[in-house]
Amino acid sequence: MGNILEIKNLVVNFYTYEGVVKALNDVSFSVDHGSTFGLVGESGCGKSVTARAIMRIIQEPGRIESGQVILYPETVDGNGSVDLLKQSEAYMEDLRGNQISMIFQEPNAALNPIMSIGDQVAESFLFHQKQILCETILSELSDGQHRPSKAVLMCLKTIYGKAADDGDSFFFKLLGSVPFLRNWDRRLKSVAIRRAVSLIGKLGIPQPERIVNLYPHNLSGGMKQRIVIAIGLASNPLLLIADEATSNLDVTIQAQILELLKILKKDGISSILLITHDLGVVAETCDRVGVMYAGNICEIADVREVFEAPLHPYTRALLKSVPKINQDDRLASIPGNVPNLVNPPSGCRFHPRCMAALPICRHEAPALVNAHGRHLVACHNSSVA
Amino acid sequence: MYSQNKILELRNLKKYYPVYGGVLRRVKNHVKALDGIDLDIYRGECVGVVGESGCGKTTASKAIVRLHTPTAGRILFHRNGRDDGESITDISRLKRGALKRKGIREKLQMVFQDPSTSLNPRMLVKHIITEPLREYTDLSSREMENRVVELLNMVGLSKTHLMRYPHEFSGGQRQRIAVARAIASHPEFLVLDEPTSALDVSVQAQILNLLLSLRDKFNLTYLFVTHHLLVVKYISTRIVVMYLGKIVEMSGTKDLFATPFHPYTFALLSGIPIPGSEQRMKRIVLSGDVPNPLNPPRGCRFHTRCPFAFKQCGDEEPGLEEIAPGHFSACHLKSRSRQKVRDKFGNGM
Ligand SMILES: Nc1ncnc2c1ncn2[C@@H]1O[C@H](COP(=O)(O)OP(=O)(O)OP(=O)(O)O)[C@@H](O)[C@H]1O
Ligand SMILES: Nc1ncnc2c1ncn2[C@@H]1O[C@H](COP(=O)(O)OP(=O)(O)O)[C@@H](O)[C@H]1O
Ligand code: SF4
Ligand code: SF4
Ligand SMILES: [Mg+2]
Ligand SMILES: [Mg+2]
Repeated sequence: MGNILEIKNLVVNFYTYEGVVKALNDVSFSVDHGSTFGLVGESGCGKSVTARAIMRIIQEPGRIESGQVILYPETVDGNGSVDLLKQSEAYMEDLRGNQISMIFQEPNAALNPIMSIGDQVAESFLFHQKQILCETILSELSDGQHRPSKAVLMCLKTIYGKAADDGDSFFFKLLGSVPFLRNWDRRLKSVAIRRAVSLIGKLGIPQPERIVNLYPHNLSGGMKQRIVIAIGLASNPLLLIADEATSNLDVTIQAQILELLKILKKDGISSILLITHDLGVVAETCDRVGVMYAGNICEIADVREVFEAPLHPYTRALLKSVPKINQDDRLASIPGNVPNLVNPPSGCRFHPRCMAALPICRHEAPALVNAHGRHLVACHNSSVA
Repeated sequence: MYSQNKILELRNLKKYYPVYGGVLRRVKNHVKALDGIDLDIYRGECVGVVGESGCGKTTASKAIVRLHTPTAGRILFHRNGRDDGESITDISRLKRGALKRKGIREKLQMVFQDPSTSLNPRMLVKHIITEPLREYTDLSSREMENRVVELLNMVGLSKTHLMRYPHEFSGGQRQRIAVARAIASHPEFLVLDEPTSALDVSVQAQILNLLLSLRDKFNLTYLFVTHHLLVVKYISTRIVVMYLGKIVEMSGTKDLFATPFHPYTFALLSGIPIPGSEQRMKRIVLSGDVPNPLNPPRGCRFHTRCPFAFKQCGDEEPGLEEIAPGHFSACHLKSRSRQKVRDKFGNGM
């Protein structure tokens, strides 16, 4: 299985009044093709910053200092790799929502309140998959029942054929001023809406035909989040990044979304980078997991390994601190608090709270190394812990 | 096991919030946030209240500590020690002053979800904790100072934190301060509304353990509200499941997890993402969302989402009935519900 995404030695700082927030300190991991990679950690450990760095949408006063974000768009056919941090802003704009879609925690921010649900999903189809839509229309035109006259058919074929190649060209600006051809794209839109209805239905929302005519405020949080996922999927992305996409939802609604993500994975829809602070969500949806603490990756392993044989002291402590379904004894808590990243602890950033700390941990940061198999860990003392 | 003496009885407790509308801003409708709940709470137990957002958990908590006045129903407070009729007071309509005169207000305290908004940002920790002492006790200022330090120590903070403002603390530390303030007046009953939801998991465990040890130490009684089922399982001795302003199931914690009855409880339990590789029960995915509490469905409120709903469910509201000893469920299927869930979803419960 090849990589779809590889992050190498990513460093991100925020230059705030309080000082420099060292948010990401040499973060490296890779996401396999067609798999779900979970990034877990407590709040402020840098999960969202990682996602934003991949998309290159770090807010002010943040800066990506160094590192690489390599996308392998063509791995399927075995060629091509792009370092996103080296690309132009125009390239990134094209990539966002096209090859990589991102879903955030708050669905309201991602939806347009004054546009109908159907239009919003359809717009995403129109924007990212115009070519496929045009091809659909062309094939419908050739074998449809109510065929237009030969001349009109020729004309339409030319239009949609051209639109499939390049929908934004001068030709279409010109077209817009021809009276009876001005609405040439109406047909395109209706195909897009049809696709929207079918996608929304697939995401488990009852009566999609009705839903497409509603507006965001008519829907509940869980439904809105599914619409956001639909918009993200409409572009048929290579990678879907979901940042705490279920964290604000109720248990029964979260269950709906988690099942949905599993189905998407089974259908091989895309690779997913799932960001969450909930170890339960990780256990259920991910193939591989990266555990973050204070801007570092502590451990990366397959999901079973992380839960059954964790190597890093932080991972172990974290697992012991969440209540389990068969929890009979007292929870073990981690003493102290998550550090402030303006003045992170020296050496291993976990050392002030670590039960297994050695003298070396105070001044030397451990490197992320392969312990065995594909189990990576960053700790001076992982065997003892 | 907790003692059999009651501290609180809720009888048909209701809270309707008016909804205003029209040009004249007249009351158009009511949100039935709490629609007739009955609950006995015994000394020394921790009752967990779970349910989805908007089902009335916070409304119930606030009614009990009288942060608002219920629309209908009674809240009976049993004074400690005696159980003759004399010692029972209906506090549902008492004014603040009367509650204080009777010495009840200080017995019922509350800790809120978000410690950063529930603590006054302009007050020093010392003054935050002194406030209830000043109100409910007549300690000298010297004694008060000692008591504040004692309280801080109880929650794992120290004297060095006295002269700081809330923003100088982490979320977990702030929640400790909120707990210290709540226990300052020697309460008997604490309502904890999502006290760990805003906290990191590593810190959540610290607070949960702190609450458990304080309960043992002072024989406190808790009402612990949360939407997090594994947290409630960890801390509670008994669990109440709410749906749209009603109690749908209620039983001891072990029972509820091992042998639930109500279809909604099954759905909730099967929805828990389990942090580990243990076998989970097959997930029951409910269609749709919680209905609008402005117009709750007729009959059983859960019938619009219940996989087992039948004709009677849309017409008739099921009452909360004792199906097994100490185990109550409000479903027309009564004890047959469990078999139905098994037949349909094959859950190994
Ligand atoms: N002051 C108010 N005015 C009007 N409606 C209210 C008010 N407070 C709560 N409600 C409504 O009452 C219902 C129950 O609210 P409540 O806050 O008790 O829910 P909850 O179970 O605590 O939910 P959550 O898990 O989101 O905290 C909701 O529908 C809510 O919108
Ligand atoms: N816009 C910003 N300005 C300053 N600091 C920021 C900003 N965004 C994130 N940070 C800091 O970066 C660190 C990681 O944040 P984030 O990735 O959002 O955490 P999480 O893991 O909870 O998603 C935190 O210390 C946070 O305070
Ligand atoms: S490197 Fe040292 S301090 Fe860090 S986790 Fe390992 S043992 Fe603990
Ligand atoms: S009464 Fe009917 S609708 Fe309600 S929970 Fe029972 S079976 Fe479902
Ligand atoms: Mg985040
Ligand atoms: Mg609430």
